[in-house]
Amino acid sequence: MIPAEFRYLCPSTVDEAVRMLAEEGEDAKIIAGGQSLVPVLRMRLAAPTALIDLGGLTELTGVRDEGDSLLIGAMTTHYEVQRDHLIHDHALLLKLATDTVADPQVRHRGTFGGSLCHADPAGDLLAPALALDAVMIIAGPGGRREVPASEFFVDYFETALAPDEILIDVRVPKFTGWGAHYEKLNRVAQAWSIVAVAAAVQVRDGSIAAARVGLTNVGAGPVRAVDVESALVGQPATAEAISEAALRASTGDGYKDNLARVLTGRALTAAVAG
Amino acid sequence: MHISVNVDGVTYADEVEPRLLLVHYLRERLGKTGTVVGCDTGNCGACTVHLDGHSVKSCQMFAVQANGHEVTTIEGLARDGKLHPVQEAFRSNHALQCGFCTPGMIMQAIDLLADEPDPDDETVRKGLEGNLCRCTGYQNIVRAVQDAAHRMRPGAGPKLEQHSDEHITAKQPVGGE
Repeated sequence: MIPAEFRYLCPSTVDEAVRMLAEEGEDAKIIAGGQSLVPVLRMRLAAPTALIDLGGLTELTGVRDEGDSLLIGAMTTHYEVQRDHLIHDHALLLKLATDTVADPQVRHRGTFGGSLCHADPAGDLLAPALALDAVMIIAGPGGRREVPASEFFVDYFETALAPDEILIDVRVPKFTGWGAHYEKLNRVAQAWSIVAVAAAVQVRDGSIAAARVGLTNVGAGPVRAVDVESALVGQPATAEAISEAALRASTGDGYKDNLARVLTGRALTAAVAG
Repeated sequence: MHISVNVDGVTYADEVEPRLLLVHYLRERLGKTGTVVGCDTGNCGACTVHLDGHSVKSCQMFAVQANGHEVTTIEGLARDGKLHPVQEAFRSNHALQCGFCTPGMIMQAIDLLADEPDPDDETVRKGLEGNLCRCTGYQNIVRAVQDAAHRMRPGAGPKLEQHSDEHITAKQPVGGE
């Protein structure tokens, strides 16, 4: 299948990209790695008049240490996230979730920022971003603004980005020394999550000092399992405490409720162990 | 739009429509029909090529996105009539039946071996997750990749893939933009 015609624009700076987007209007579309957008174009589910390719913006790739947080460029590929030592040391959950995204070829092209902006409810990076309190740094005609993950994911495939805005960086607080696990249920290789659970746990002296739990594909966007988190804090890091807390995972859907509880139990068990 | 792409060691300059997919550019403009279109939806991996040394699905990107970059296809692996060690391993392990998935399997296997020079069974299967084969049941493909790993010790990689023949000491000249 062949996409509809479009103009192709290659900005070399963020400011130029923002200007192009403003000039082209809301029928233009930003392309990052294109691993979701190209299939959409080929199936003609979308027919933008122009594609603005961020592929040449090297300023948007890579991970920077900002003291108590990491700054991850929106165009950092999944492959780069998987291998980045800062992410491994300070945001392990993000690496583990990224390991499960699609397949190696897609991870070479697909980007962290692109996945977040596409906002597929089954996308694997939304729940970790929410659970880790990531902050989206957004460029637009009016300058820069910041939006926390809890306000960024608005609905199915919909974010807080305005049509003339571009996600440029994602700030993730450091979770140094936390155990983490991403437990994903899918039936065949490279399939989307039916349900997945992102868990990060800080264990001190045998008890759970802090916990973060995010659920993938249980609604229009990622869901933070706050009841599970609060049930864990202060408890001993034992199988009993985890089983009890996992029962509080809730999705409002009978089948997925059960999945979420089982997978939360598994994710927490692995996170505490690692 | 005008593009300049290095494919299998030769630089091509062409005028292309932005919506032209890389795989169609390779097949229809350059005649490199060794790279095939399988599922047409980004699932099967048959169209896998290397972009700057890393595997990508060439039906999932536009030719204009390869502007100024280096593409290696299955046709760029053999040197002076000698197959690449991964191609040789696929042949000697009977890792294909109809052969349609083979170009993509080989390109992805080379990418995998660059990161994992001595992969176990599970690592090979995970590494080929994005490539579907409907004939073989994968058994011989996994064997072939492990056999290739032995043949290529101390390691495979993007640098090595243009050097499979020991008589070739330098990459073909690479054109710039």
